[in-house]
Amino acid sequence: MMSFCQTPADLESFAWFSCYLTTANHFSFYWSFITVLLLVFITAPVALLFGFGGAVAKRSTIAPLRWFGKIYTNMVRGVPELIFFLFVPIALDQAFEYVRYKLLCEDSSAPVYQGNDFVVCAAAKLPLSTAEAWVHTTYNFSLAVLAFAIVFGAFAANVIDGALSAVPKNQLETASAYGLSKRQTFWRIHVPQMWGYALAGLSNLWLILIKATPLLFLLGIEDIVYWAGYLGKTKTSFFAYPHGDWRLWYFLALLVFYLAMTYGSEKIINRLSRRFAKGQATLGANEDKAVAT
Amino acid sequence: MSCSQTIVDYGLRSIGYGERLLPKTDITLCEQFVLIGSGMIWNIYFAVLALSLGFMFSITLALGKASENPVLNRMSRGYIFFFRGSPLFIQFFFAYEAFVLLPKLGVDINLGFAVINAETRWLTKAWLGALIVLFLNTSGYAAEIFYRAYRAVPRGDVEAAQAYGMTGKTRFWRVIWPTMLRIAWPAYTNEAIFLFHATALAFFSGFPAWRQQGDALYYAKYFNDKTFNPFIPYPIAAFYFILFTLVIIFIFGLINKRLNRHVAPSQRQSIRYRPQFLR
Repeated sequence: MMSFCQTPADLESFAWFSCYLTTANHFSFYWSFITVLLLVFITAPVALLFGFGGAVAKRSTIAPLRWFGKIYTNMVRGVPELIFFLFVPIALDQAFEYVRYKLLCEDSSAPVYQGNDFVVCAAAKLPLSTAEAWVHTTYNFSLAVLAFAIVFGAFAANVIDGALSAVPKNQLETASAYGLSKRQTFWRIHVPQMWGYALAGLSNLWLILIKATPLLFLLGIEDIVYWAGYLGKTKTSFFAYPHGDWRLWYFLALLVFYLAMTYGSEKIINRLSRRFAKGQATLGANEDKAVAT
Repeated sequence: MSCSQTIVDYGLRSIGYGERLLPKTDITLCEQFVLIGSGMIWNIYFAVLALSLGFMFSITLALGKASENPVLNRMSRGYIFFFRGSPLFIQFFFAYEAFVLLPKLGVDINLGFAVINAETRWLTKAWLGALIVLFLNTSGYAAEIFYRAYRAVPRGDVEAAQAYGMTGKTRFWRVIWPTMLRIAWPAYTNEAIFLFHATALAFFSGFPAWRQQGDALYYAKYFNDKTFNPFIPYPIAAFYFILFTLVIIFIFGLINKRLNRHVAPSQRQSIRYRPQFLR
């Protein structure tokens, strides 16, 4: 906060803007960009892990595990991901509270769905109603991360499963001819070669993940969409910095942010795919592979 | 109240016919099924119109991206990057705010037999505004698919056409176009499915629902807010979406069959669902 910002009404336009753009609310707005980046960078490895687990489960020789993998990878087909984003966090939240309800409440015989309400005793509430605000925020954020990771994990499982099938059979046969066990073949031959095939699909998912982040708004997190809408609204003279309806400009800034993220990612992905193609006996090794987005 | 009565009351609720008030207490399973199904009318409306309008525009864009004219090329590339590089969700918000700021003008369009009054106010309503956004968005995605298909047309086919003396338009419509469409079709089917799924965003972003007339997800969320039980309305909405996804796959599969009718069965491309195009 600059000292001359005490009386914004008398300021020239440049000074007015420099004050306007450094208000506490604007810093919350800038912070929400970091939230988005945080979400992306936490979700991506978790989703990759889920995806790898799902793909391995789908190819497992143990039937129940295989069924689970099949259900998980097929779950995202045919249903808009939006429904998952609305459904998964609430369902997870209620599941957690239900488990705590059975464990922590003295009288856990009453049904949790009482008419139109989901009722648990105070001790089972998650987070506790006495908890500080940041606990609530973190809890909501982790639910969002989990929802994103589950949905994108299912997408990643599809990609990794395809990539595992794409590794040439003779590679694996050669490995077993050399006397490698199944486990050794999988970890030393199959998985390292799989990444090259999975890269195009996974980088696609990365771009999609970036573009899915505004859905945080629907989960009730104060993200960039929320702040853009809030800050852009018409401010009357009751406010320190009155202005008209500027939401158009705030959303334009968001558009530019996402376009820049996409542009930067595409550059990095192109470089990565060139590196992965090195030493591969595929057509793509000799030409620049255009990454499908 | 019997279920058939509910169907009469709420079957067309999403487009303004039937009972005015939504159920508030003692919500039955039948009411959820009927009302969410009624909301699907909107999803189908958006999907059908955006896809059929977007198909033509996307091919223009794809040819623009493939063209050697620098102006056309740059413009098409920029358009495709813009709509594929930013979230549809933000595009909805941005478009809504832009439409709101437009001056409230009315233009009379004389069709000869009737006069239509086109107002800019209509752009802020979901039925037109959201449709325009979906149309522009799907055009961008589909254009990229058709552009890639265009590049994948075998060179030999084009050279053969040239050897037969075909040039310009004849060569395009007789040789390039059918092959391009055939190559693009499986990917375009996926695009159609994802556009259909994206219609669920329309009432969740900038565009408000007018008189509680919304799409399937709008009603699913309504029931969730009323009953605090997500395990019934969302699976119902998911059920409807899966149902119509199967319908899309069926229709596009028939078209795919027709496009591939001259190709040897072993070389035909089947439609494979690849969840890689959501926005």
